[in-house]
Amino acid sequence: MTGRDAPDRRERPASAIAAAAFGVSVLGAAGFAAVYAAGGQTQLEGLTLAVAFAGIAFGLSVWARRLLPTGGYVEEHEPFDSRPTDLRLAAEALTGPESPVRRRGLLTMLALALGALGGAALFPLRSLLPFDRVRPVHALRTTPWAAGVRLVRADGTPVRPADVPDGSVLTVFPEGHRDRGDVPAFAVRLDPARFTVPPSGGEVAGVVVHSLLCTHAGCPVALYLQGTARVLCPCHQSTFDLLAGARPIAGPASRALPGLPITVDADGYLVATGDFTAPPGAGFWSLK
Amino acid sequence: MITRWLLRRLARSVDDRLRTAPVVRRVLAAVFPDHWSFMLGEIALYSFVVLVLTGVFLTLFFAPSTADTVYTGAYAPLDGARTSAAYASTVRLSFDIRAGLLMRQSHHWAALLFVGAIVLHLLRIFFTGAFRRPREMNWLIGVTMLALALFNGFTGYSIPDDLLSGTGLRILYSVTQSIPLVGEWLVFLAAGGEFPTDEMVPRMFVSHVLLVPAVLAALIAIHLGILIRQKHSQFPGPGRTENNVVGSLFWPSYTVRTLALFAWVLAVTFALGGLAQINPVWIYGPFDPAQATSPAQPDWYVAWGDGALRLFPAVEFRIFGQLVPSPFLPGVVFGGLTFAGLYLWPFLDRRHGRDRLAHQLLDPPRAHPARLGFGVAVLALFAVLLAAAADDVIATILRVPVLDVLAILRVLALALPVPAGVTAYLVARALRANGGRGVGDLTRADVRSAGRLVCVGSPVGGAPTGIGTPEGTAEPVDADRVELWRDRTGLWRWRYRGASVSLTANRAYPSRAEAERAARTAYGDLSVWEVAPPGGRPGAPAAVAARAGRAAGRVGGYLALAAVAFWRARRDRRR
Ligand code: HEM
Ligand code: FES
Repeated sequence: MTGRDAPDRRERPASAIAAAAFGVSVLGAAGFAAVYAAGGQTQLEGLTLAVAFAGIAFGLSVWARRLLPTGGYVEEHEPFDSRPTDLRLAAEALTGPESPVRRRGLLTMLALALGALGGAALFPLRSLLPFDRVRPVHALRTTPWAAGVRLVRADGTPVRPADVPDGSVLTVFPEGHRDRGDVPAFAVRLDPARFTVPPSGGEVAGVVVHSLLCTHAGCPVALYLQGTARVLCPCHQSTFDLLAGARPIAGPASRALPGLPITVDADGYLVATGDFTAPPGAGFWSLK
Repeated sequence: MITRWLLRRLARSVDDRLRTAPVVRRVLAAVFPDHWSFMLGEIALYSFVVLVLTGVFLTLFFAPSTADTVYTGAYAPLDGARTSAAYASTVRLSFDIRAGLLMRQSHHWAALLFVGAIVLHLLRIFFTGAFRRPREMNWLIGVTMLALALFNGFTGYSIPDDLLSGTGLRILYSVTQSIPLVGEWLVFLAAGGEFPTDEMVPRMFVSHVLLVPAVLAALIAIHLGILIRQKHSQFPGPGRTENNVVGSLFWPSYTVRTLALFAWVLAVTFALGGLAQINPVWIYGPFDPAQATSPAQPDWYVAWGDGALRLFPAVEFRIFGQLVPSPFLPGVVFGGLTFAGLYLWPFLDRRHGRDRLAHQLLDPPRAHPARLGFGVAVLALFAVLLAAAADDVIATILRVPVLDVLAILRVLALALPVPAGVTAYLVARALRANGGRGVGDLTRADVRSAGRLVCVGSPVGGAPTGIGTPEGTAEPVDADRVELWRDRTGLWRWRYRGASVSLTANRAYPSRAEAERAARTAYGDLSVWEVAPPGGRPGAPAAVAARAGRAAGRVGGYLALAAVAFWRARRDRRR
């Protein structure tokens, strides 16, 4: 039996192991400090810190398993139903003669006041959308694309129809609005003879321009499959057939990619003749 | 010597001011059941602590702003690049701030561990019926914490303003926008305008480092407060009743065990944070609304939502001429149903089982075939959704078209859950019918821990003294009974003696009446026998406990206990 004065034979090695583990932890901590002081190195920092904590963890685990009792105890768990007298007295205290709950009229007015205050407190929430910004429906329906706005590349240079490469898509933006979220479009060169549905934005020498934003949840439809003239959205794999008016043919999207009506200006550059044929990107309640 | 003296001084001076001794005595002696599955909640708790610690470090260097900045620093490919301040500061944290990458990666790994532990903890509660009366409240708090953890993970993942997380944010924006009637206003108010806005990063940052963690901390405190008040539930076993808790003492056994677990969590998160790369935002590049990464996978805990978006067919329809966009059903409705189901479960279960009683003993999962079957069916569906979130990766690995993978997963999502649930239901019924333990028996570990109780006569790792013969009392008992005696110091103690186990009461009592009241609460129907003090027991574990306790005091566990004691003291004074 293990007593105060006669440590068990098995206890000695256990406490030696735990002590050694704590010692390892000291080494780990020192190692971490040394790695840090020497300029730092992520893997070694993680390793040394992990060793430091694992040493403590292992030591404590041995301590708990081998030096401390496991199981064998019982504690009573009194049921949670209070004595009837307690319940009655509590109820009386709550609803006694001076209790506020007896003042029906006062309570109603107080509730009214609090309700009004609560309602009024909701108003500042409207500040979350600053008043100088466009209202949601208008913002969602329109983009800076308009008649005469040039199509430019990411670096701001304008695009001639001949610049649109064969075999890949060219991402284009309205001049001066590179960073807006709803504007990205792509230009692609297709063989007009293959169209099964004419492109919604029209074509200029085989060049067609569509919104880049998936009509499912707005990801850029970045993957162009040249042979079939389809674009694929990397987010949930909606696929759009560019030969058929950019209609969705697979995946969760259910509206066609809006087209951008284009023409060529006097200098031979591509310009828009208006906004997208439909609001770009994900759908919304008041989308017509 | 010195530590012991200091500890006693401290306890005495606290007691002088708060009269804590009776409460401390009770709390130190609290009994916790022994079962591995009770550690899951603790792992979640400790991951949260790691998140706060590493998160505070990150907060000191992270710049929550999308203002244009030029990154200059050790990461050559981006040196001199114009990016947002948030992205630049994240790259700087990863390359230019010493130990910054370790903290970033450990924070991210801890987040994955945190949500993982919460989900497993929830499954444990679900399958064992621990959510039943009187614990419905803690179930509701737990589901709320799960939702907050998911949300905080998402905001944390999004604030570095990199390309991958920006894509995820855009999807969440679109899903919110899809809510009929209010979606457009809701998302414009939340983000401050049309995607992307400069307000998003600062707003998510405040939510991520302040609002949600503060609410989580408060809920954790309430969760644990309720747990202490209601005590742990326990699996059925010899000597266990609806009116007791059987297991190990909080002090010292559980204190040391749980501190060990805390240290393990720290060790694992820092090992992962140092050795396993995660979220290398410098590879993804800064956010750009015209670009996307492919393949694009979110963190696993939001992947079920992404999987649902991928699998759900293109269903868009109009109500009164207004559009209900396709992300609405899989995104908003499915997510809403999931959480509504979680919140309502205790009440649905209660109605189905017509069971309004308070429960201290848990159901082994198979004892409740309908619940098991339903849970397994839902898990099967979520497993398919998780796989769906990686459909492009699966397609690349298997070299098959992604649309074929999608088609197969769609079939599985419909076809797998019901057979899986029915199988689980039938297996559970079979096991229940023949009373056997076998396939699908999730409580085998429970048997083991019940077996461990046999060692009660030699708590210090000594050889088991054999079933039913606790040390010092050789004669076997034929009926379960409670034995009561007065020990050498004049205090009253009792124990339960059954055919296979002997369980010692966790406390000593100044009077016989008090000891007997406790025993009768725990084992109402058993006869109480006054016996001579059993030799060797229970003085021995007390001595061991005292010695180990003294040693553990050096680890500083006392502080934690003092907090619990303080809570109890206040409660007791209020009564
Ligand atoms: C509920 C718990 C929390 C979860 C689930 C969580 C999750 C995350 C995740 C997944 C990231 C992305 C990290 C990455 O870039 O790989 C992150 C970033 C961050 N978290 Fe947390 N976090 C939590 C609590 C906290 C707390 C309490 C703080 C601060 C007090 C904090 C501060 C930060 C900061 C500053 C960042 C951005 C820095 C960076 O990404 O390098 N987090 N968080
Ligand atoms: S965003 Fe393109 S498929 Fe979902």
